[in-house]
Amino acid sequence: MATEHSRAAARIMISPAVILLLLWMIVPLGMTLYFSFLRFNLLMPGMEEWTGFENYRYFLSDPAFSTALINTLLLVGGVLLITVIGGTLLALLLDQDFFGQGVVRILTIAPFFVMPTVSALVFKNMFMNPVNGLFAHIAGVFGMEPIDWLSQIPLLSITLMVSWTWLPFATLILLTALQSLDREQIEASEMDGAGPFSRFFYIIVPHLSRAGTVVILIETIFLLSVFAEILVTTNGGPGNASTNLTYLVYAESLLRFDVGTGAAGGVVAIILANIVAIFLMRMIGKNLDA
Amino acid sequence: MTFKAKSLYGACAAMALATGASAQDTTLTIATVNNGDMIRMQGLTADFATKHPDIALEWVTLEENVLRQRVTTDIATGGGQYDVLTIGNYEVPIWARQDWLTPLEGMPEGYDADDILPAIAGGLSVDGTLYAAPFYGESAMVMYRTDLAEAAGIDMPDQPTWTDIKAAAEAMTDEEAGIYGICLRGKPGWGENMAFITAMSNSYGARWFDGDWNAQFDSPEWNATLTDYLDLMNNYGPPGASSNGFNENLSLFQQGKCGMWIDATVAASFVTDADDSTVADSVGFAQFPNKEGVDNHGNWLWSWNLAIPASTDAPDAAKAFVAWATSKDYTALVAQEEGWSAAPPGTRTSLYENVDYQAEAPFAEMTLNSINAVDTTKPSVQEIPYTGAQFVAIPEFQGIGTAVGQIFSAALAGQMDVDQALQSAQQQTQREMDRAGYHDK
Repeated sequence: MATEHSRAAARIMISPAVILLLLWMIVPLGMTLYFSFLRFNLLMPGMEEWTGFENYRYFLSDPAFSTALINTLLLVGGVLLITVIGGTLLALLLDQDFFGQGVVRILTIAPFFVMPTVSALVFKNMFMNPVNGLFAHIAGVFGMEPIDWLSQIPLLSITLMVSWTWLPFATLILLTALQSLDREQIEASEMDGAGPFSRFFYIIVPHLSRAGTVVILIETIFLLSVFAEILVTTNGGPGNASTNLTYLVYAESLLRFDVGTGAAGGVVAIILANIVAIFLMRMIGKNLDA
Repeated sequence: MTFKAKSLYGACAAMALATGASAQDTTLTIATVNNGDMIRMQGLTADFATKHPDIALEWVTLEENVLRQRVTTDIATGGGQYDVLTIGNYEVPIWARQDWLTPLEGMPEGYDADDILPAIAGGLSVDGTLYAAPFYGESAMVMYRTDLAEAAGIDMPDQPTWTDIKAAAEAMTDEEAGIYGICLRGKPGWGENMAFITAMSNSYGARWFDGDWNAQFDSPEWNATLTDYLDLMNNYGPPGASSNGFNENLSLFQQGKCGMWIDATVAASFVTDADDSTVADSVGFAQFPNKEGVDNHGNWLWSWNLAIPASTDAPDAAKAFVAWATSKDYTALVAQEEGWSAAPPGTRTSLYENVDYQAEAPFAEMTLNSINAVDTTKPSVQEIPYTGAQFVAIPEFQGIGTAVGQIFSAALAGQMDVDQALQSAQQQTQREMDRAGYHDK
């Protein structure tokens, strides 16, 4: 039984941690908001002045903005599609009993622990390079023209790289969910004459839906801010074919040295991420209540 | 110096003492670009260490685009990370006017600032005061393979036109053998592909802005420039050219994969160096091409310079280093260690009057002529409101040039055609100039 007194004491005890965390979030956010209303370019010191929504108008009217927005959504959508479908299939595979199961599982998880910059560089130089890359070599073996991945299909190439990193994550969560599936249900359905496809679509998929929801939510949060892979491979190019919102904000702030517009872009990105999150919650939140 | 840095230095010094090494009084952090001459300089710093045992050097070596971004951010925010910066002649006057650089007055005995080529020194001075010391200077010229030209029956004139270049590229291309007629920059960046394309546009009689600072990408001259550039690269250039910058093209040329390469004169000593280049004995040189009827050879002038930010905490040590790296003695040191042709070119009159250098560097005369032919006050034959060379000397040019460079790189990668590229370049540039307030004047 906590008394009024001890509850107040508890609040005072945890307040330093809470206040610190709050500052951790509020100060950068506040500064970003402040800068976004300021005309502030690093190359022109002493020109800072209050401009109201000028930076926002400028950022939103940038021809690169709509491209970046579409690219962001395509990237998130593409990676989600690949990881959820691929993860489900891999999880089904790893759920079987076979020799060396433990080792294979550990190997499957490994890509998730490779740093994004490292995996992107390996992909860029060892796989996707049109002259020395493995993919070009394979194409050569079959007598095909090698694809210059990063300049012809930049966004798809980056989607594949990011998918490679996130596939283990999806696999791991879905595999855990699969293992909690009641074997008796499967056996009962077999007795009733359900084929493997019916079993998959009517029993396994509904069972996995909640785990799938978690995968989609967590991945979306991380994928909206993909940056390292783009920076080390295509630099947002060619043109702005692989520029997403995060990269556009970086380009404004650190390539054009326009801190004001960069900050405005950051605020726009926060708002958009929240809109996406709300829609996601609406669409699949039902699964979580069940 | 910040408190954190101080305690770090203290810790470092304590560790150095503990391990029995002598603690050095000052540490200079030097930001530099990963070009061959700079890498060579790092290899020769033992000489500096013997002359200045009390100064330790720390190098931060970065790729050109990244270096610019880091250095600009650091200097604009007063970060004070670096004691010596490697910057181009584009930044020097702009930054000097912002009071971001330490004036290089009172250089050590024997530095002889009057020996610096007037064209180069002029670009590094504001009101007669030198703000940066040139490490090497360059213009641009054509480097071509004499053996391939001979085999193809091409006779390259000393002052080729773009028509000659196209004919030569066509004749030299042999994709079966992996030889591409022409290698040009395609990597986006105002100092990468835009340096070349802007110089090319100068030689086509195009200009960036008219007298009212309106972008001119919708002009027929620009259309001709970009059309011919893409035409050359798509028909006779190497694959994946949209990610080739100076260093990538250098290595392609050294491996014998390019018939011609039009780029900085500084590359000449690398392509004729038998240790690195497989084609060292068969390189010829010609002046930057012009278009028939346009008397303009691109007007490319660039120097990489060492400057000292105003935020440094060791100005005297920094000055000592800058003087060492850009002195006649350093040139002599390089000549002694690696031969005269490796000497940093394009900065000092005395080098070009040196008989040994003339004998060893077949490109010396063409380099000097190219540099002397540049007029930075008049890069284009049309009326213009700016000065510059293969760049426009306004602070906004970094951002605009990089954005336009991205667009042209995309055109090279086949993502858009000439008209689309020029239209978006026009829109982007007008937008940026609007925002910077050039059109309200």
